[in-house]
Amino acid sequence: MSLNSNKFERIPDRLPPINSIGWVAWVKQNLFGSVSNTLITLLFFYLIFLYIPPFLDWAVFNANISGTDRSVCDDNKSGACWTFVKVRIEQLLFGLYFTLNPDQTWRPILAFIVFACLLIPLVIERTPHKKWLLLTLIILYPVFFVSVVGGGVFGIPESDASQWGGLLLTFALAFVGIVLALPLGILLALGRRSKMPIVRSFSIIYIEFWRGTPLITILFMASVMLPLFFPSGVEFDKVVRAMIGITLFQSAYTAEAVRGGLQAIDKGQTEASMALGMGYWQQTIFIILPQALRISIPSIVNTFIALFKDTSLVSIIGLLDLLKIAQNSSRSLDWNGYDIEAYMFAGLVFWMFCFGMSMYSQKLERKLDTDRNTE
Amino acid sequence: MIKDDSIIKITKLNKWYGKFHALKDIDLSVGTTEKIVICGPSGSGKSTLIRCINRLEVHQEGSIKVDGIELSDDIKQITEIRSDVGMVFQHFNLFPHLTVLENCSLAPIWVRKKSKVEAEQMAMELLEKVRIPDQVNKYPGQLSGGQQQRVAIARALCMQPRIMLFDEPTSALDPEMIKEVLETMIELADSGMTMIVVTHEMGFANRVADRIIFMDEGQIVEQNDPDSFFNKPQSDRTKLFLSQILDH
Ligand SMILES: Nc1ncnc2c1ncn2[C@@H]1O[C@H](COP(=O)(O)OP(=O)(O)OP(=O)(O)O)[C@@H](O)[C@H]1O
Ligand SMILES: [Mg+2]
Repeated sequence: MSLNSNKFERIPDRLPPINSIGWVAWVKQNLFGSVSNTLITLLFFYLIFLYIPPFLDWAVFNANISGTDRSVCDDNKSGACWTFVKVRIEQLLFGLYFTLNPDQTWRPILAFIVFACLLIPLVIERTPHKKWLLLTLIILYPVFFVSVVGGGVFGIPESDASQWGGLLLTFALAFVGIVLALPLGILLALGRRSKMPIVRSFSIIYIEFWRGTPLITILFMASVMLPLFFPSGVEFDKVVRAMIGITLFQSAYTAEAVRGGLQAIDKGQTEASMALGMGYWQQTIFIILPQALRISIPSIVNTFIALFKDTSLVSIIGLLDLLKIAQNSSRSLDWNGYDIEAYMFAGLVFWMFCFGMSMYSQKLERKLDTDRNTE
Repeated sequence: MIKDDSIIKITKLNKWYGKFHALKDIDLSVGTTEKIVICGPSGSGKSTLIRCINRLEVHQEGSIKVDGIELSDDIKQITEIRSDVGMVFQHFNLFPHLTVLENCSLAPIWVRKKSKVEAEQMAMELLEKVRIPDQVNKYPGQLSGGQQQRVAIARALCMQPRIMLFDEPTSALDPEMIKEVLETMIELADSGMTMIVVTHEMGFANRVADRIIFMDEGQIVEQNDPDSFFNKPQSDRTKLFLSQILDH
């Protein structure tokens, strides 16, 4: 048979060798592929074996959740005392006012539920009219939040903001910080690239000043110095002061994240829109920002995650956020000694929020990648 | 050959990038419906010249009048001139986050203040002319280079410009797509549009141009009708340039 035989014989498809597919092959390749790989795998499993079962025993199997006071926990020291968290849950979630007025707790609960109802569809990809939902969340929701939680309207009794606390306060601070810092940050990022020297210098000085100052310092300043800038009649709530401080601080970080996106946009986009006769704001709103924000969403969300955690610093100006309330409760006479449970609960709540944001930004990143590949 | 009713009048134009003298004493009048092709070696200032006409670049000396309006720092006049002068870029510069139809209707709606229906109707007509009608809801990234460039032409035409500027519209395209874009441009030329085209497609220049301008080192070296330009080039530089680009 000559090599140049004109006959083409089609070789039928075969399955790959059995040892190259399936989970056995995967384990062999990825966990025990080399000596060092095998060692790392074994060490890892050993550590899991060493720490996880005792932890589960403490946190789940031997844990206490029944009863209403510490006697249950004191009798069974081998397990976590979730009874403590259960009894103090209202305080941990909503703070002092709503603990003292248990018939009012529906207000923060309603506020959280409405928030979830607005946010969840926004995260789902196929929801129509996202723009309107987002605007509702950003503009109408804060009004709703203040009327329902703050009260004083529609016959709802007024609640003193300085007595908000726990997750409610953490949430309010982070939400305001995020929602106000985003537009401010966008304006600052645009300002930093402006051709007008005064606008540009102002933006640079602003951004670099707030970025270079620790949030703690800013909170102190907001708490002590803000009142000095306003006529003596104006009384600022402590919470509002913290919100102002956080917003000023956060907008600098958001600005830098947005600037990263702006820099990634090709010069040709501006030129094409200029050539069509569009003015600066038309170019910015219709052409540049939609593209730049899409690119910078992951890094913007990163700054949001950092902010959410940083809100716990407000405890130093006397506000009782989630972490501080957890700490205080575990130091009260009733529950003295159960601080691990308190911190674990607070940590878990922080983690859930931050992990949610992180998942969302990763999802967006993947989507952006696929979008880019089809372009 | 230069007509009296000139729509663009450039006199003693000088332009610097920093200390670099990019355009030197350019004088150029373009008549209504005239088609001008500009060619010349890389870095000779071709792009700079046509980008001065719609003020994507700012000149330092001399004057440019478009439609009787002198280009100055007056934002209103710049906007007016820009919406009367369409431009097509080498790399298309379509808006990737907008559909083909939105690319074409955005500026008419916001700059020309047309209603959405009206703007989209006109966009559809023009997209049909450049033979893209069944792709209007796609995003630019989903089209071939030639299709993208034809959308870019339609986008510029949607502003109903009186003048069209082209900066090497085919030099980023594969050979088989160059033809479809050139055909679109020839149709546009035949419809009576005033055009200034920077290109090295000499076949196109020969077929369409009323005048070919050869630039080198920021100056206009010579200008002539295609026949004389190709057959009786005046200066040695032009001859050298022609021999280089007609060789292959
Ligand atoms: N923004 C700029 N800053 C500084 N120098 C520039 C700038 N744009 C262009 N130049 C210089 O000006 C000269 C003319 O540039 P121009 O882009 O007009 O050339 P061109 O004839 O279009 O060349 P090409 O065929 O490569 O597009 C070149 O030497 C270029 O390096
Ligand atoms: Mg050029």
